[in-house]
Amino acid sequence: MLAPMLHVLPLTTIVRERVLPVAGKVNARVNQRVNPTDVIAEANFAREHVLLDVARTFGVSAIAADKMIKVNTGDRLTEGALVAEKSGMFARTIKAPRAGRVMVAGGGQVLMEVGDTRIELRAGLPGMVTQVIAERGVVIRTAGALVQGVWGNGRIDNGLLVRLLQKPDDILSADQLDVSLRGSVILGGHVRDVETLKAAAELPVRGLVISSLLSSLIIPAYQMRYPILVLDGFGAMPMNSAAFKLLTTNDKREATVNAEHFDRYSGNRPEVIIPLPISTEPDEPSSYQAFSVGQTVRMRRPPNAGMIGAISNLRPGLSMLPSGLRARAADVKLENGETVMVPLVNLEVVG
Amino acid sequence: MPASLVQNESILAIDVGAAVTRAVMFDVVEGQYRFVASGQAPSTAEAPFKDIGIGVREAIINLQNIMGTTLLGPQDNNLIAPSQPDGTGVDAVVATLSAGPTVKTVVVGLLSDVSVQSARRLAESTYSRVVETLDLSDHRRPDQQMDSIVRSRPDLVVLAGGTDGGASRSIQKMLEAVGLACYLMPMEKRPMILYAGNQKLANDVQEMLGGHAGKLQISYNVRPSLDTEDLAPASFELASLVIKLRQRQIKGIEELNLWAAGNVLPTAYARGRMIRFLSKLYESTRGLLSVNVGAAATSVAAGFAGELTLGVYPQFGLGENLAGILQHTEIEDILRWLQLDIAPNTLREYLFQKSLYPSAIPATVDEQAIMHAIARQALYLSVRTAQRDFPASAHAAGTDLMPPLDLILGGGGALSDGTSLGQSLLLLLDGIQPVGIMPVLLDQNNLLPLLGAASSRNHYLPVQVIESGAFIGLGTVVSVIAAATYGDQVLRAKLAYSDGTEARAEVKFGGLEILPLPTGESARLSLQPLRRADAGLGPGKSGTVTVTGGALGVIIDARGRPLRLPGDPVRRRELIKKWHYTVGG
Repeated sequence: MLAPMLHVLPLTTIVRERVLPVAGKVNARVNQRVNPTDVIAEANFAREHVLLDVARTFGVSAIAADKMIKVNTGDRLTEGALVAEKSGMFARTIKAPRAGRVMVAGGGQVLMEVGDTRIELRAGLPGMVTQVIAERGVVIRTAGALVQGVWGNGRIDNGLLVRLLQKPDDILSADQLDVSLRGSVILGGHVRDVETLKAAAELPVRGLVISSLLSSLIIPAYQMRYPILVLDGFGAMPMNSAAFKLLTTNDKREATVNAEHFDRYSGNRPEVIIPLPISTEPDEPSSYQAFSVGQTVRMRRPPNAGMIGAISNLRPGLSMLPSGLRARAADVKLENGETVMVPLVNLEVVG
Repeated sequence: MPASLVQNESILAIDVGAAVTRAVMFDVVEGQYRFVASGQAPSTAEAPFKDIGIGVREAIINLQNIMGTTLLGPQDNNLIAPSQPDGTGVDAVVATLSAGPTVKTVVVGLLSDVSVQSARRLAESTYSRVVETLDLSDHRRPDQQMDSIVRSRPDLVVLAGGTDGGASRSIQKMLEAVGLACYLMPMEKRPMILYAGNQKLANDVQEMLGGHAGKLQISYNVRPSLDTEDLAPASFELASLVIKLRQRQIKGIEELNLWAAGNVLPTAYARGRMIRFLSKLYESTRGLLSVNVGAAATSVAAGFAGELTLGVYPQFGLGENLAGILQHTEIEDILRWLQLDIAPNTLREYLFQKSLYPSAIPATVDEQAIMHAIARQALYLSVRTAQRDFPASAHAAGTDLMPPLDLILGGGGALSDGTSLGQSLLLLLDGIQPVGIMPVLLDQNNLLPLLGAASSRNHYLPVQVIESGAFIGLGTVVSVIAAATYGDQVLRAKLAYSDGTEARAEVKFGGLEILPLPTGESARLSLQPLRRADAGLGPGKSGTVTVTGGALGVIIDARGRPLRLPGDPVRRRELIKKWHYTVGG
């Protein structure tokens, strides 16, 4: 049976696509080395549109209205600019209600996009541009440590990783966040109150990487302007030992926190990338493997959710679980020495 | 192809669910179609696999291992079709699909209580979530409506409105807003559009939207006249459109569609087709109800005199949308079903955590109990939601009661997980809360949609497979409605077996009683209600009916309708434990 992977890797090659949500201009070129804050692409995005119904306003047919329209597709108009004019004894005009661009003119109507918003896409991670995706963005290749999580608030930033937890089950609280942490990426444990999120925002920090979050804090977490990455889940869950060991040993290193949403169809998931110098490029991680004895695995569900162990035996056929369900299962030796039977669908391979 | 060959072909039926992919073999055994075997594997629509073909092949390999035959070519791993003289391969493939993200849908109509309702019902017959609704009562400017459509990033637009030959100008305005919104979206993200409104406008629709839609399908009007609703033709077009959308979203569907000669159907649609067929075939005077509690959605298909009500509710699915159930219900409404003492916050965290891993299964007894409690509430909400759209002929004795049914058929991961048939029955009784007397079946291998898919290829297969006992009979349920307090006696029941022996029960309000009656046997059940209770024969009416047996026998559910659980949590948990014990723990 094939196993999904959870990447917790001390050194690997990381290839990431960074693209605009709408078509725009790509500033980077192939083989260009980029820093996290470099603007690699930009776009103007109109959030609103205005439809001017010339035919209806003038009370004429669409064909007649088209002859009265004075603008063309692509024209940039200032507020009050003439859009259409009806001459004669009862001359009338239609003017642009807001500044914007004509998207389409015809059929007796003019559609304008207004309320331009400029989007700047930053590289997010340091590395080499290996591909330019026309009008959208780039593919960046880098090497470093990679730790994936399970939830993110949709933001990305980078800064110095500062460790604020000593044990995997530590709690991160507001009183731990002082001004010396301004601009840092905080590595913390479980967050159980909104005050902690607010205190981090006030500094501000460049990111929070935490073991777990109360589900009641999901909405406030979305409102924070810095990335929040949850490694293990919701409720009071300790940090899994693989992530704990790797991240705590990278204290005071530059880290990129890409707290994007976990999209189970595209495979994009929130992650921490810690760029590292290399002499030879390491392999790219595989996205799935077949289950096999010896693999390091993470338990996804109770009773040992979040714990790391090693597969000691793949059971043949279907096994009866304590719940009464029958499923393919493995014996997993946990780090505390205990061996437990776990259904394969409740495991992910760490690597 | 000669009819004799078509009728004797082996059929491989594949169902690609959100969590599990099943490969099922139907073949002719002793002159009749039978369900032969089933193999399953985790579904692979999601990352990192992103190709349903991996899970499909793994399910087929597991089926091969069970059957001891070869279905996939050893060299190329491709399906061997048709079957070969050496016994390898299969003659035909049918397939159903429920995997994939929820279909974000914009519903557009004219009158909010007429065409919009029809369009909404149509959208709810597949795995969709309505993200925006436009109708004549919408006072936003056309450009605001258009922006709203663009912002909602729909996968699908369902357009209805106007009786045939009726209103056209108002619809054209709506078409403009939809067309311009599509024009503003990137080509690869433009929604599929189903038009099922005034047929006089079909050419205009083609002209206005044809060039801007991801794919435009024009169907018969869902409201040919104000007082007539006909969803069936549009449902078929919608099913086909949804599969096309899935082809755009998920790899591997194209190959499956090729195997199935272009007949992959959405699972819920195929299930609905089967319920409509059975409702007609068995001339059901009351109703047939099929419920499926799965990872992608909880779905309800009800057939009343051949008329189908199909509701698919991704918001009540037990997979990635699990935490979303809290937008429709209070946490206490889930907790009420639990015999465990769990804090509301613990359950809340459980819902969010479980939705991160939709395909994971409960490994412990406690987790299984929690999942069953969630499944009960999901089923309860789904059935109540579907009930809004039951036809007027499905008359219920009270506003919060179900109409009487002839049969209940349950399926889906939560019901068919194989832990205990008694637990499956209790889950169905709690979630549906049926009234009257009816047999209850369990579709343990989730065959119903596959039979629905196979029915278009072979009319004999579904009937023969069902009559061969492919579903597990759980028993006959007698639900008692009474105005009584816990402990009051409300019914005397006597079951007279064919061998002359009898079993009797004095049934108290709040209790569950089981009279044994094995599968395949029937007996005469005499019911004598007390305190004007209604045991399915009318308030206070006594009588004798013939009932069929099942894995549990005859189940008399005197817990009341609607089922009101005690407010005191300790007392409630005790009662729930007792009921679980009664049905076999």
